[in-house]
Amino acid sequence: MHLAYPAVLSALLFCTGLYGVLARRNAILVLMSVELMLNAVNLNLVAFDVWLSRAAEETLHSGQALALFTIAIAAAEIGIGLAIVLAVYRNLGTSDIDRLRDTAEGHGPDGPDSDVSDSDASAPRAAAEKAEATR
Amino acid sequence: MTTTTLAVLVPLLPFLGAIAGLLLGRTAPGFVRPLAVLPALASLALAVVVAARQGGDGAVDAATELTPTGSVPIELALHVDGFAALTAVLVTVVATCVQIYSTGYLRDDPRYPSYAALVSLFTSAMLLVVYSGDLMVLLVGWEVMGICSYFLVGHYWETPEARAASLKAFLVTKLGDVPFLIGLFALATEAGSFRITRILGAVANGGIEHPTLIALLLLAGVAGKSAQFPLHTWLPDAMAGPTPVSALIHAATMVAAGVYFVARLLPLFEASQAAMTVLAVMAAVTMAGSALAALAQDDIKRVLAYSTIGQLGYMTGALAVADRGAAVFHLLSHGAFKALLFLAAGVIIHASGTNSLAAMSRMGNLRDRVPDAYWTMTVALLALAAIPPFSGFFSKEAVLGAAEHVVTGHTEHAPAAAGWIVLLAGLVTALLTAAYATRLWLLAFRGSGPEAPDHGRQPLTMTTVLWVLAVPSLALGGLSFRVLPDWFDGQGLAPTVTTSVLGTGVALVGGIVTYATWRHTTAHAARVPLGAVAAHPEGDAGLVEAEAIASHGPAYGDIAYAPDPSDPGRLLLGPLHRPAAAGFHLDALYTALFVRPVRAGASLVRFLDREVVETYVRGAGTLPRWLGTAVRRAQTGNLQTYVSALLAGTVVLAVAAVLFATGA
Amino acid sequence: MTLAAAAGTAAHATTTAAAETHGFLSPTGVEIAFLLVGLVTLGAAVITVTTRQLVHAALWLVVALGGLAVEYLLLTAEFIAWVQVLIYVGSVVVLLLFGLMLTRAPIGRSPDADSGNRWVALTVAVVSATALVWVVVDAFRTTWIDLDGAPAGSTEVTGASLFQHWVLPFEALSVLLLAALVGAIVLSRKAKAEQAATATAPAPATASGAPGPAATRSDTEGTR
Repeated sequence: MHLAYPAVLSALLFCTGLYGVLARRNAILVLMSVELMLNAVNLNLVAFDVWLSRAAEETLHSGQALALFTIAIAAAEIGIGLAIVLAVYRNLGTSDIDRLRDTAEGHGPDGPDSDVSDSDASAPRAAAEKAEATR
Repeated sequence: MTTTTLAVLVPLLPFLGAIAGLLLGRTAPGFVRPLAVLPALASLALAVVVAARQGGDGAVDAATELTPTGSVPIELALHVDGFAALTAVLVTVVATCVQIYSTGYLRDDPRYPSYAALVSLFTSAMLLVVYSGDLMVLLVGWEVMGICSYFLVGHYWETPEARAASLKAFLVTKLGDVPFLIGLFALATEAGSFRITRILGAVANGGIEHPTLIALLLLAGVAGKSAQFPLHTWLPDAMAGPTPVSALIHAATMVAAGVYFVARLLPLFEASQAAMTVLAVMAAVTMAGSALAALAQDDIKRVLAYSTIGQLGYMTGALAVADRGAAVFHLLSHGAFKALLFLAAGVIIHASGTNSLAAMSRMGNLRDRVPDAYWTMTVALLALAAIPPFSGFFSKEAVLGAAEHVVTGHTEHAPAAAGWIVLLAGLVTALLTAAYATRLWLLAFRGSGPEAPDHGRQPLTMTTVLWVLAVPSLALGGLSFRVLPDWFDGQGLAPTVTTSVLGTGVALVGGIVTYATWRHTTAHAARVPLGAVAAHPEGDAGLVEAEAIASHGPAYGDIAYAPDPSDPGRLLLGPLHRPAAAGFHLDALYTALFVRPVRAGASLVRFLDREVVETYVRGAGTLPRWLGTAVRRAQTGNLQTYVSALLAGTVVLAVAAVLFATGA
Repeated sequence: MTLAAAAGTAAHATTTAAAETHGFLSPTGVEIAFLLVGLVTLGAAVITVTTRQLVHAALWLVVALGGLAVEYLLLTAEFIAWVQVLIYVGSVVVLLLFGLMLTRAPIGRSPDADSGNRWVALTVAVVSATALVWVVVDAFRTTWIDLDGAPAGSTEVTGASLFQHWVLPFEALSVLLLAALVGAIVLSRKAKAEQAATATAPAPATASGAPGPAATRSDTEGTR
């Protein structure tokens, strides 16, 4: 099989994931896109490992080992990422990435306070959601 | 111990006392008074021993060079001749008296520890000047005295007068010190050494090429330190300090340093006729002008300050006629009676609660309140007025006699013109001195009116010192004018008939005229009530004096002048009275000539800095600020925007790298 | 081209010799299968990142990840393929679905699924895809993978290499997983403690007890 097929597929998948990371609004969709990117890399690793194990007669199988590690790390990453998204959602009442603008210029050192006042408008709803979400 | 060791210990002991006083002042207040008085007493004893051993014979010289210091070596040198030995005795006597007096005078002052330590340091610096055989070491003592006088004059720094006076004293003396330093360097370069003995040797061999320039440069420093015209203006204002400080610094030691310095290097000055003439003119203007000003002052301490300037004028006059024996003789006797005058004035101010002569002349029985001050001050004033047989008579006659010697052509050392100037100015000043001494005595002790407030007896430490100092004022001149020439250059100091008769005559005339005027004007005293007394008469003397100085300006409109029609000085001086009270408006003149141009220059510089230089700076800051504003708009807080920009940049870089690597 | 030359030097002369015998216009069966599955995978991925229904995105992600597993199989890496199915399809996607539910993602079409950044994102993605594809094709268009013979990624081969050469990273990875486990628990428990301290009074008992244990379970499942 031509090595170009998996390599091109991997590049296209990677760029698709890249688009998702940059364009999606919901944090969980961004996490999905990150998974796509990781898988594209995995495909690359496996394809090149298969090619090298024959062509170069090397037996280290580093590509496959690294792919396994990537899978494990991706699993850990998705767990932590979801926990963070949930914590953000509990505190701010949203998981939209483009609304998390605490680092914006002009936000001032009293950022958390103004955030509280912002979310005060939807305080009862947010509180109910929090209680529900953490139960 | 050898004489050298003893002489080294004399300045060292007060220095150690000052260090210990500064270190222990906070932690062990009980040690402060012994640490102030005992080193002074010990160095007095040592100075007496040094003087006795030296005995007017050949000078004791010792020198050690610690380390090579460039082309002209600086040595820790000692040079004790008759002048140094006797001046050191005077300095230690006055310093001891002042330290003892201060324990009573500043009894309750919270800053007494630092005050006493500074007085000790000051004494040590003056003794260093006196004993030093190396001009650089002398300069160290010279400058330490300057800074100590700054601190001591500003002792009551709560009052604006004291702050201004301390700054003025420091700046004016420093103004003289700069040319002084340049002169020292020039002198050392030409002589090849800072050692006084070698310099004098070079002068004797004609090794100094520019004696006039060097002498004039040195004279500037001497004028600043010894308060000679035109740099004398700091001394009257320096009376804002405590009275013992005035006695120590501004009567006996610091101002004496300049005269003493010229006396040491007199052969150098003699090498230049121009310098001697300048010295004579300076002395004449100083003594006549200050005597006129003293006649118009209302503050008792300012009277004494102008009197000090005048007496220093006598000393520089004696130097101008090349008789340093007479100069140092007058320095010794003047040091004793002027210290006495200041200390007695401190007692009087304490007792009366005011420093104004106008207010004292309206107190009935001031002399009964302070009998010690009354009697000792009478002695000191007689000495000041040069009435025989008090010490001032002999020393002043020595000066006038020396001038007469020059006039009659008995000496080659000084130009005859200098002799005439000094002689005439000296006689005029003798008249005026007697006049203001009489006026001071009459106004202070012969006042009439309500009785002075009774604060009980003055502290024993203050009155005892007065009697100790009264002894040399009374007897020093008569007993010693035959002995002193052995210690000095050998020129006779005995009064000559002509000058004695002339001097005593004009002094008597001055006194009698003043008395008559006072009889005439004292009738007005009752009609114009005047008076301002301290608010806390029961406080210690230092507090009373500080309040008196602070209240004089508000009460009379000026710190030196009082609108008192019963003042005999007003009638005697006539239209001159007002300018004399203001020190002939020299301060105003200096303000117009120097201060205003400097201020205008400073404001010009400030304008240039604020408006011109800062415009460039601001302009340099504007562009980055605009850039910052533009960049700030990119900080949206949206992470996706950031990551997009990051990845776009990465792609561009990667493509560029690939293109570069493939050579496309 | 330099890149091709570099790749050529990395490979052996046999590769270039093989490449001459295999053209792109005469694909083998494996290649055709790979291409078809790849098209499906890529399509599913594109739908994942463009669909407006959030749950559908997760489901299309399953398709894409499953397609990738098939591609692994076609590349004879069978162990990785099954791990892919187990972990990604079995747990990660489930975890993502839980996350969607817990953040109350809207079910059905949500018009604002894409942020205002999408055109910039599209530009960046297209440019980087162009650059990557160009470089990859330029470098590896002649490289041939010989898939005959013993499979390169059987469980035996993978296990041997993993426990012979990669033991230390493998153990280190277990520490990482432990840290992730603890971190996930801390992140979710901390918020719970704060919430219990601050908002004790309003205790809405609307939701059933199911989501809480489910979330914890999925956390542990994800980190396993």
